[in-house]
Amino acid sequence: MNSEITGVILTFIITLVIAFPLGKYIAKVFHGERTITDFLNPVERFIYRICGIDPHKEMNWKQHMAAMLSINLVWLIYAFFILLFQSHLPLNPDGNPDMTPDLAFNTAISFLVNCNLQHYSGETGVTYLSQLIVITFLQFVSAATGVAAVAVLFRAFAEKTTEKLGNFFVFFTKTITRILLPLSIIMAIILAFNGTPASFDGKDSIITLQGDSVQVSRGPAAGMIAIKHLGTNGGGWFGANSAHPLENPNYFTNVVEIVAQVMLPMALIFAFGFFIRRKKLGYVIFGVMTAGMLTLMIPNMISEMSGNPLLHHLGLKDVTAMEGKEVRLGVPASAYWQVMTTIISTGSVNSMHDSSMPLSGAMQMLGMMTNCFYGGKGVGLLNYFIFLIIAVFISGLMVGRTPEFMGRKVEAREMKIAAIIALFHPFLILVGTALSAYFATHHPQLAWSVQPANWFNNPSNHGFSEMLYEYTSSSANNGSGFEGLADNNIFWNITTGIVMILGRFIPIIGPVAIAGILAKKKYIPESAGTLQTDTTTFGIMTYAVIMIVAALAFFPALTLGPIAEYFQSY
Amino acid sequence: MKKYIWPSVKLSIFMILVLAVLYPSLIAAISKAAPGQGKGKTISVNGKVVGYENIGQKFTDDKYFNGRPSAVDYNAAGSAGSNKAASNPDYQQLVQDRIDTFLIHNPGINKEDIPAELVTASGSGLDPDISPAAAMIQVKRVAAARHLSENKVITLVSDHIRGPWLGIAGPAKVNVLKLNIALDTLK
Repeated sequence: MNSEITGVILTFIITLVIAFPLGKYIAKVFHGERTITDFLNPVERFIYRICGIDPHKEMNWKQHMAAMLSINLVWLIYAFFILLFQSHLPLNPDGNPDMTPDLAFNTAISFLVNCNLQHYSGETGVTYLSQLIVITFLQFVSAATGVAAVAVLFRAFAEKTTEKLGNFFVFFTKTITRILLPLSIIMAIILAFNGTPASFDGKDSIITLQGDSVQVSRGPAAGMIAIKHLGTNGGGWFGANSAHPLENPNYFTNVVEIVAQVMLPMALIFAFGFFIRRKKLGYVIFGVMTAGMLTLMIPNMISEMSGNPLLHHLGLKDVTAMEGKEVRLGVPASAYWQVMTTIISTGSVNSMHDSSMPLSGAMQMLGMMTNCFYGGKGVGLLNYFIFLIIAVFISGLMVGRTPEFMGRKVEAREMKIAAIIALFHPFLILVGTALSAYFATHHPQLAWSVQPANWFNNPSNHGFSEMLYEYTSSSANNGSGFEGLADNNIFWNITTGIVMILGRFIPIIGPVAIAGILAKKKYIPESAGTLQTDTTTFGIMTYAVIMIVAALAFFPALTLGPIAEYFQSY
Repeated sequence: MKKYIWPSVKLSIFMILVLAVLYPSLIAAISKAAPGQGKGKTISVNGKVVGYENIGQKFTDDKYFNGRPSAVDYNAAGSAGSNKAASNPDYQQLVQDRIDTFLIHNPGINKEDIPAELVTASGSGLDPDISPAAAMIQVKRVAAARHLSENKVITLVSDHIRGPWLGIAGPAKVNVLKLNIALDTLK
């Protein structure tokens, strides 16, 4: 057991050691300073030229958002139609069928919005072509969209008073050429050399040692698995995601994959501090997020490592919680992944969350409900920014000063946006869960393809958790699931599709709008009376706001699910 | 928004070519140099492929070391966990049945000594490994079924234990397929 704890601590240290210099590098890339990847300059100029983009044309926040929505609309339509007709297209060695319209709707949105909720299984639900030109493609560009959006925030606070916040297409392109693609190539090669398939061969048929006939699904998976983590996407090549022994062959690849998904969200926080030349603010934000991570990580670890109460009741001495977990990874590395993947919105899994212990399930859901401890690619910091603005406002009221952030007054308009965004996430989750719970309890025998009574893989409170988790994961754009839920049917495909798309774009547009509005305001130099936002005190204040606003809103729902289950199990 | 649509379309086409065509082709080409040429590492016995190193197989025979329960019956055409919660009564019965089955096949073993992983399903349904303890507890049965001395089998298991990563991080494990292949050659 000791070597497993060492593994987890080592993993976190490796992440931090890579994230810090990476943050410096990202700040330089967006500043346009000299970096080791400058040899790509001509490539980028070529891209801008053939695509008719003027890289020197700066946009205000509204133009940024218009550009973002335009390109996302193109991707949505494109992805939907490819998935709908995939069986008629080439590169389908396993002969997988077209998606149904509702599944294609759900899947196209899911990958567009960086959520990667999968209501299909990779081995049977998509073709190799779809895996590449839809899934892998969207995993790159949705991550780059998030980073491009947060770059607007960077620019808004880097200068005194400005409307010019850079060019969306330039931020987007540079994120791919300078950050995501180079890192993905390195990581994909590491995976391929550790046993992850990368060739285009279809399923293999073999006779096992004992004489059974089985098939083995394969495919060009390594490249997709790399960006799935680096882009905090999380959608797996295989159904079992990173629990699959080809998707995550050994402990080393497990470390690589979990480091890859956490390092960029972390690096972006440092990058923010470097970019606006207030390193201390970056460190304070990092500190609050780490405190938040530990608040969820420690109970989750304890709950997983203290074992499965059922095995104890059945009279076993070894009660290790191995249901849904893999021997080569073990419990601590699985528990560490459970929390990291939910707080940073990746949603890839190396163990089945549905089979984790009740309180671990609560921590995983809280990770997605707060959704800003490190957070997803770009959007984590944007979510955090909302809470920061609310903390500024409340602190200002408490000490009787005009709320100010970085030399700009925070006024009614910004506060309204922040309040709406902060409440929107609980709204989507709780309304969705209430709706599904209504059908499950009042109309269990509805003549749908899957009757609501048959949605659940587990009865009672855990069944409620399966619904709550599904909407939480959709709204947080996380993509993991309590996968026992029978979710590939019209009700779940449509409702989670709508929740995912709203849960993506509203929480991006809101903070970017606030940043844009603040950037335009008159800059007030700091004085002795200014509220300091880069202090520990203010950090604690922000932490409290996140816990009160984001976590407590969900307490009643969590009580009906994992908390009730906990008291029944022990 | 209209003025952004056309650049968006062109940029998308370019990115599809780079990210979804060139990038995976590059990785596929490089992986030709990897063990298994990027098709997955296979294991052969007498020139015949009997399995993939990383994909677990179903072993129910008493003369083989058994792997973990699987929600997909070890058919790697798909992959999945059971997604059962500990609070689920059906699941509780299932685990009880697995314990009973294990005790029938392994006489002389105390119930309380059964390792948890041998009565719980893995995350992928394809877990290729078991822990050293889970291998050792089956030694008695395997040795009896093959009329071998227990010491010989214990030595074989010990030889197949793979320690933690770098010797310091993660669990120790035994690859069930490799162990069973070696077992077949034991006299």
